[in-house]
Amino acid sequence: MNKFMNPLQTRNKEEIFSAEIREDIDRWIAKYPPEWKQSAVMAALRIMQDDNGGWLTTELMDDVAEYLDMSPIHVYEVATFYSMYELKPVGKHKICVCTNIACMINDSDAIVKHLKEKLGIGFGEVTEDGRFSLKEVECLGACGGAPMFQIGRKYYENLTPKVVDSILDGLE
Amino acid sequence: MANEVCFRTLEYLKQPWELDEYKSRGGYEVLNHILKNKIEPSEVVETMKTSGLRGRGGAGFPTGLKWSFISRNAPGQKYVVCNSDEGEPGTFKDRDILRYNPHQLIEGMVIAGYAIGATVGYNYIRGEFWEEYERFEAALEQARAAGFLGDNLLGSGFDFQLHSHLGGGAYVCGEETALLESIEGKKGQPRFKPPFPAHFGLYGRPTIINNTESLSSVPVILKEGGEWFKELGVENSGGSKLFSISGNIKNPGVFEVPLGTPFSELFKLVGGMKDGHKLKAVVPGGCSSPVIPGEQMMDLTMDYDAIQNAGSMLGSGAIVIIDDQQCMVKLLDRMSYFYHEESCGQCTPCREGTGWLWRVVNRIENGKGRQEDLDLLESVCGKIAGRTVCALGDAAAMPVRGMLKHFQEEFQYHIDHKKCMVGAGPTKGLG
Repeated sequence: MNKFMNPLQTRNKEEIFSAEIREDIDRWIAKYPPEWKQSAVMAALRIMQDDNGGWLTTELMDDVAEYLDMSPIHVYEVATFYSMYELKPVGKHKICVCTNIACMINDSDAIVKHLKEKLGIGFGEVTEDGRFSLKEVECLGACGGAPMFQIGRKYYENLTPKVVDSILDGLE
Repeated sequence: MANEVCFRTLEYLKQPWELDEYKSRGGYEVLNHILKNKIEPSEVVETMKTSGLRGRGGAGFPTGLKWSFISRNAPGQKYVVCNSDEGEPGTFKDRDILRYNPHQLIEGMVIAGYAIGATVGYNYIRGEFWEEYERFEAALEQARAAGFLGDNLLGSGFDFQLHSHLGGGAYVCGEETALLESIEGKKGQPRFKPPFPAHFGLYGRPTIINNTESLSSVPVILKEGGEWFKELGVENSGGSKLFSISGNIKNPGVFEVPLGTPFSELFKLVGGMKDGHKLKAVVPGGCSSPVIPGEQMMDLTMDYDAIQNAGSMLGSGAIVIIDDQQCMVKLLDRMSYFYHEESCGQCTPCREGTGWLWRVVNRIENGKGRQEDLDLLESVCGKIAGRTVCALGDAAAMPVRGMLKHFQEEFQYHIDHKKCMVGAGPTKGLG
């Protein structure tokens, strides 16, 4: 399928990832036509990111490219195009705060200010202990519960500074 | 009349996302009927045409017509793709379908596959909707186990496989050809059209791609008839519609009402403004639709023609209700930043123009605006709109034009006085 195969790839697929990771990625590959393994690139990057504490290294992207018979540049393109992939370390809990219009007019500014003061970091930064990082995101499609944020995979809606405190205090 | 189509089972069931409960309210009966009686696929397409259903993702293209562009008997693989990449700011209706009524979407997609002769479907769910994705995956498993998905469905000889695909965070992937590129494992950059997806779609094969709400409407339309659905709504706007209503209101949420319902009735449904503030303006169809002043909105009905005649768009049915404490310059600043952030970078007018729009609005917001900036904004809008491969460029220009049309005095005030004229007080960063 791919005209631009990575000339460096020499490993067997089994050597690239653990059996568990391969099972996870292969489940996605199976959804697409056999000649379109690269359709699983978004899933594979997400799986590797989760496995690596929330961010992707160039080596991991190269591994994904090799595993899916893609050229590394195509994988970098995907990893840099979509906002959910992280190319720098993030906190154990990545807090993605929506500041788009519905949240903004429901005072997401106050939520952002509270988070920045409480954690002592700005957007794009990680707390010293590595527990939290903050990210400003575009509309997450939960405007009925504005203001809201996402931590990990979970949405938290109808936030107030007090609610934010109880959420963060309840995290490991 | 409300909750007639996509939400029709919700008020009767405790866990409407469970297969047994969905079946208890007639779920999968339409699919069963079609497969058992070998209903002509063309008949299905005709019913969809009669229904007047227009694409619920925002563009409003007639769904039945879209389906009819596919030659059912053309050889080779065809695809049904569902667009659950809900990202238009203000929109949160498809999320509720995925959470509360996933089986109706599955049934709709299988029927769509039958109608166009496709045996594989993908539901593209935005990556942030993890909980919704898991709910949908669970429904897929149930449907497979019950024989509503897989090979030889209910002994009919018709096969249909359905998979979900998770996005990675990109508004532009809501554009149908960008979404197809994304499934193909690429950057989500829209394709030049024609060819349209009906001829050259996913993996280069004939594809129909419809919004979650559109496909979820299919089983009900086929059960009750195209005429029934059409009669729910008004001329040129058949059926009912999910409205995502948010903003400075008491009871935000998703409401399913017939198209043509007066905005004032929806306003009552959401309990009116909160904290005793006054209605100032309404974004009627998602961030990309031009804003409409509150008093004008109170006289409008929620259908495609009425909103278009008022100079805006029904779009995805995302209504953001804004109170008199909000600064429209600040609001536009945030909207413009959004398009700048989400432009895929493929077309120069959009990639550069969205940055210009944002920087100019941002300097007005921050008290550094110049008198000529108002003309400059209009000029940049004119250089983006209609000059790009997809509609994101137009979507960036429209809110700017809407704000300047209806709230120019606020922009002028910012330029003249270097501060806000509304209750929210001085603009951030200014004395």
